[in-house]
Amino acid sequence: MINLPDLSSLNLISMSPMFVILLGALAILCIDLIKPNLDKTLYVILTMLTLFIALGATLSLNINERGLFDTILIDGVSVLGQTLIIGGSILFIPLALTKRKFHDFSYPEFFSLFLFMVFGFQFMAASDNLILIFVGLETGSLALYTLIAMHNTKLAHEAAIKYFTMGAMAAGFFVMGAAIIYATTGSVEMYSIAKVLQDRIGDTEIIVPIIGGALFMIVAIGFKVSLVPFHMWTPDAYEGASAPMAGYMSVVPKVAMMVVAIRLFGIYMELNIEIIKTTIILLAIVTTTLANMMALVQKDVKRMLAYSSISHAGFVLIAIALDTTKGYSSIFLYYGLFMFTNLGAFTMLWISRHKYNVHHDRFHHPYSKFAGMIKKAPISAVVMAVFMLSLAGVPPFSLFWGKLYVLSAIVDSGYYVVAIIMALNSAIAVYYYLKLVVYMFLKEPDESSKNVVYANRAFSLELVIGIAAFVTITSIFYIEPLMSFITDLVGASGY
Amino acid sequence: MSNILTVLIFFPLIAAILGLFVSQKSIRVYGITVAVAEFLLSLWLWMSFDSNYAGMQFVEKLKLIPDFGISYYLGVDGISLFIVIMATLMTLIGIIALSIKKDVKNMIITLLFLEVAMVGVFVSLDVILFYVFWEFSLVPMLYIIGAWGGDKRLYASIKFFVYTFAGSLVMLIGILYVAYIYYSTTGVWSFSLTDWYGLILPISVQKYLFWAFFLGFAIKVPMFPFHTWLPYAHGQAPTVGSVILAAVLLKMGSYGFVRFSLPLFPDASVAYILPVVIIAIIMIIYTAMVAYAQKDMKQVIAYSSISHMGIIVLGTFAMNVEGIAGSIFQMLSHGIVSGALFLLVGVIYDRRHTKELSQFGGIAKVMPNYATIFVIMTMASVGLPLTIGFIGEYLSLLGFFKVSPVLTVIAGTSIILGAVYMLNITRKTFFGPLTNPENKKLKDLNAKELTALIPLVAIVVWLGIYPKPVLQPIDNSTKALVQLMHKKAQTKQAKATILVSKSHEGVNK
Repeated sequence: MINLPDLSSLNLISMSPMFVILLGALAILCIDLIKPNLDKTLYVILTMLTLFIALGATLSLNINERGLFDTILIDGVSVLGQTLIIGGSILFIPLALTKRKFHDFSYPEFFSLFLFMVFGFQFMAASDNLILIFVGLETGSLALYTLIAMHNTKLAHEAAIKYFTMGAMAAGFFVMGAAIIYATTGSVEMYSIAKVLQDRIGDTEIIVPIIGGALFMIVAIGFKVSLVPFHMWTPDAYEGASAPMAGYMSVVPKVAMMVVAIRLFGIYMELNIEIIKTTIILLAIVTTTLANMMALVQKDVKRMLAYSSISHAGFVLIAIALDTTKGYSSIFLYYGLFMFTNLGAFTMLWISRHKYNVHHDRFHHPYSKFAGMIKKAPISAVVMAVFMLSLAGVPPFSLFWGKLYVLSAIVDSGYYVVAIIMALNSAIAVYYYLKLVVYMFLKEPDESSKNVVYANRAFSLELVIGIAAFVTITSIFYIEPLMSFITDLVGASGY
Repeated sequence: MSNILTVLIFFPLIAAILGLFVSQKSIRVYGITVAVAEFLLSLWLWMSFDSNYAGMQFVEKLKLIPDFGISYYLGVDGISLFIVIMATLMTLIGIIALSIKKDVKNMIITLLFLEVAMVGVFVSLDVILFYVFWEFSLVPMLYIIGAWGGDKRLYASIKFFVYTFAGSLVMLIGILYVAYIYYSTTGVWSFSLTDWYGLILPISVQKYLFWAFFLGFAIKVPMFPFHTWLPYAHGQAPTVGSVILAAVLLKMGSYGFVRFSLPLFPDASVAYILPVVIIAIIMIIYTAMVAYAQKDMKQVIAYSSISHMGIIVLGTFAMNVEGIAGSIFQMLSHGIVSGALFLLVGVIYDRRHTKELSQFGGIAKVMPNYATIFVIMTMASVGLPLTIGFIGEYLSLLGFFKVSPVLTVIAGTSIILGAVYMLNITRKTFFGPLTNPENKKLKDLNAKELTALIPLVAIVVWLGIYPKPVLQPIDNSTKALVQLMHKKAQTKQAKATILVSKSHEGVNK
């Protein structure tokens, strides 16, 4: 007799956000098939609608349920991860409605690919099955490579290919890591992996493969969340991609990967394997410090922001090694706040984007482009300065609270030296953020920057910037409910 | 009016935002009006302040982030009251004396923002709130130095920002650690200073925390060897920037010592009296010598200002009522006097566009009023009796005399050195033959400058002769502080050192 799986364990409702996204993506493809040459505004709004419905579906999910034959796990972390992923996407998609025409957004496929990508990342956040995570990772990443390439400049192609090559390597590492873990534990489900490891932790012969598997995983995750020394692709990929896409890449794929990292390394933290903890902490320190050093010498604002987002990733990574509820919660708080600020900053670059390099032979956004911006566009300059100060962690702007929680979590766990290193890193970082502020406020405008600022201005862009600025400035009023929401969800998933 | 502190913080903030709609032409009057109103509010605070009560008054507490123990918690006592008044006064004077022509509107609005941060720092009783204002004060100052400063203004402003930012981040780690200890002892998070006062920390922990906080405050004060940002900042800042920086922003550091380091870590503070005081003495004598060697008038004042901050630190670490009260009084006197001196240098710079000492000589003949005020301020700075400078310096040194007579004598040489360089610049600038032909057509102080300077002269003389109305509330609150420290001290040595103050009548209860 064939042993059919119990259909009730399919629990389709647990995948409702993914289905919504999938249906939206297919709908866009069908509409294009039936009636081509529709305007991009239609697709933008359809995508947004889809995302909003998916967001609603995510927030109404029941916590701690499983679905798809126990491969999908809807716990607090997965809800938070999906919320951030969808929220970031909602902020991103209006940026397609620019004044100037750009190649990428003229294809309807862009939008369905975009939704497929979100779909992939959601799977990463919502599964604790290594194979399903891998499938999600590849779906999301392959779509993302294509989206970058669709910007259709020479640099964009370079960026896409670089990212693709590196991403393929990361995927390879992921598969190797998963294989080793499977070989040791006989399972690809994280909960049973955890169980097996728990039982066999005493065996000396198993310790090498355990650590080996974890190291492979660290490399794979390191590539995706761009930790030093696996970060080489990041600045080039960000520079080549369109500005909002770069901002998007600095948040959403990283959130997805962070959720995976939390799940996976959570197991190892539980077992108290010191070497993995130390490796993560060292990686985080190296990432933050070196990325900050590199950011200091950048001549292009976009590249600076790329390195800055690497250093922020390192800063957050520490929290994984702490294995406390506060630590895990602070990751989501930090990325939630970082999403608005960083996407806002990248949008400011987008709004001033020219079709051609008018400011510099090599760079689209050299610092000198922003010289004396306070004279020509005072409000934009102030808003950009707010984003920069927030990224630097100057109170009362939003990321200060993120930093505060992360640092507090580090201090609580007793890593004082690490906390001081991280704090001093923020002091290094403040220099390059200030550099832009100084250019905008304190330098006289030069010839090359006479005709800029609003080249690509449109209402939707201003709206996104306005939302981002509002969230950045008023943070003090919503930190409390936000943090307790996050802590509840994280606590509910047992972290 | 029980929520006067909130008004004091938010009135300039709202005024600054609304100021964006006032036209460039009338902005100066707007700025002065707002600053006068703010100053009157702060005077009102003083009038309704109960001088006999030593604890926190006008307390307001509103929970901001209850889960994490962060609240909007304000209050003043005798220690902070006068610094707040000085902050509003110096902002007002700075705006009155404003001589820049470029972007006056931006300057006024920035100054109002700065005022928010300054008042906020001194009235916050929640440590995170304090930290927020403390950090936020850097931003307007960065803009003031960077936008209206001299040739190297960008370098100076960034150095100022990064330097202080780095120090305060280390302090932030210290803050978080104290909060964590509070959490692990009581089970709730709290960043309220008054809650923290009840916390008796293990001595080994105090020692680390003391240095973490010390770094933040010492950079702000600025103590040797972290003082190098200040001469640059002063050298490049416009007059109003220097005035506010010297008068109020530096006080944040010395206020931090009194408010945080001493009561939170009494044992560590006593244990580290010697290293801290040696740094302070080096700072007093070394910067006094450097001041003597300067060729630029403003640099002389800048270094002398650092030197006098050394006396404040010395008095604070005397750990007795005289010393601490003296150092708080010295903070006020330093604020008034160095603020006035920077204003005076600004006056001559506006006329001649140079601050080189060698350019001047015999100016007293053409600018008698200017010379008179300058000499009065010089005397106050030197610490002549019957000026405001005397009392603070005397009390600080007296307080420290009880701890170590020898070190006090060494520190006391600063008075002589101070007299040397201050009298030296007075002589070079005002007396002797009027050789430089360009100086012959210099105009004396105009009405605007007199309006700014005469109140300061009046305060210098008034508080020099009759300091009691100010000194008494300071004394009361200081006694309470020392009592608290004494109660919290764990080691014999600490008890003994803080005990010294028992000779003083109030503490002997």
